[in-house]
Amino acid sequence: MQTLDQELHFQSRIDNEEKIEPRDWMPEAYRHTLVRQISQHAHSEVVGMLPEGNWITRAPSLKRKLALLAKVQDEAGHGLYLYAACETLGVERADLIDQLLSGKAKYSSIFNYPTLTWADMGAIGWLVDGAAIMNQVPLCRCSYGPYARAMVRVCKEESFHQRQGYEILLTLCRGTAVQKEMAQDALNRWWWPSLMMFGPNDSDSEHSEQSMKWKIKRISNDDLRQKFVDITVPQAEYLGLTVPDKDLKYNEETGHYEFGKINWDEFWQVVKGHGPCNRERMEARIKAHEDGAWVREAAMAYSEKQKSKNQKVA
Amino acid sequence: MKDWPLYEIFIRSKNGLSHKHVGSLHAADAEMAIENARDVYTRRMEGVSIWVVDSREITASNPAEQDALFDPAESKIYRHPTFYDVPEEVRHM
Repeated sequence: MQTLDQELHFQSRIDNEEKIEPRDWMPEAYRHTLVRQISQHAHSEVVGMLPEGNWITRAPSLKRKLALLAKVQDEAGHGLYLYAACETLGVERADLIDQLLSGKAKYSSIFNYPTLTWADMGAIGWLVDGAAIMNQVPLCRCSYGPYARAMVRVCKEESFHQRQGYEILLTLCRGTAVQKEMAQDALNRWWWPSLMMFGPNDSDSEHSEQSMKWKIKRISNDDLRQKFVDITVPQAEYLGLTVPDKDLKYNEETGHYEFGKINWDEFWQVVKGHGPCNRERMEARIKAHEDGAWVREAAMAYSEKQKSKNQKVA
Repeated sequence: MKDWPLYEIFIRSKNGLSHKHVGSLHAADAEMAIENARDVYTRRMEGVSIWVVDSREITASNPAEQDALFDPAESKIYRHPTFYDVPEEVRHM
């Protein structure tokens, strides 16, 4: 009975737009949902460094290299903000990392696609970060305080990511025919996976309804996807590129773009681990984690040695 | 070994303002926590000073006792200036 009262009180706090803080009472399912979502989000930031890391040493100019390095460094930081937010819910970082490396936890499927050309750096910044921003802006108002605060920081930093990506494509589109073709090819490959980033259709989204009630999620997958298409199509037109969707058309009456059917079979295949780069990404993460083990241990050993030295002196 | 200890990070954004909690991070010791906080929380000139505190050293009030702790202040409206009537003609008060 007491739990039911607590749950009603909790829901009324949410309905009143109060923020929930780490030590407040919360239903176990709310905690569980947040741990899953925030840790997946953190894993996505960390794995998301890999496709772009692929091009750091091959960036076409020093300016581009600096920007890409800064962007990848931001992503490491975003992963850290998110892991820290997740840990306020009473989980340990090491356990979260284990869940990623053992394949138990998911990360955004978009990072299981390969980055074949330099234009992919443009397409990722413009489309992938664009879609991420669209998802993350409503999360700044999420009911869980530490997650919302982490998102505010992330969103502030993310807008440079999208602009630098668009600038890369703009430069290619104003370049030679071959360069423009490279930009078109990148759009062709990244368009549909970017639309999939918003998740399954609302009717098939298993966690959506409860998350909306708890105000973890504020806007539905389909609404966000529509907003993304409406904003992005004119940006593609400005570049002089063609969105790879023969069903795409503007509806004068609704003021929205209508777009073709998403290949959900592909989406689920990639989620289940059968995307082009799932194995490679995991291998890279596991290698980095294992290769770094001695550094983590040495740093701790050094710190303990310093402590005991200081005690002796005192 | 599992995780390095957790540190809470406080940043003074500019002189004249107090340090403000910005988040937390793991580090082997306090010095490393400051270095990591520099890299994570001040990449865009967000700070001029950093404090790091071992999370275990923080004692927090219990949210379940929020009412008992803060209720006493609620009934003391005479602590606010608007409680007192001063005629309009009286200026600068």
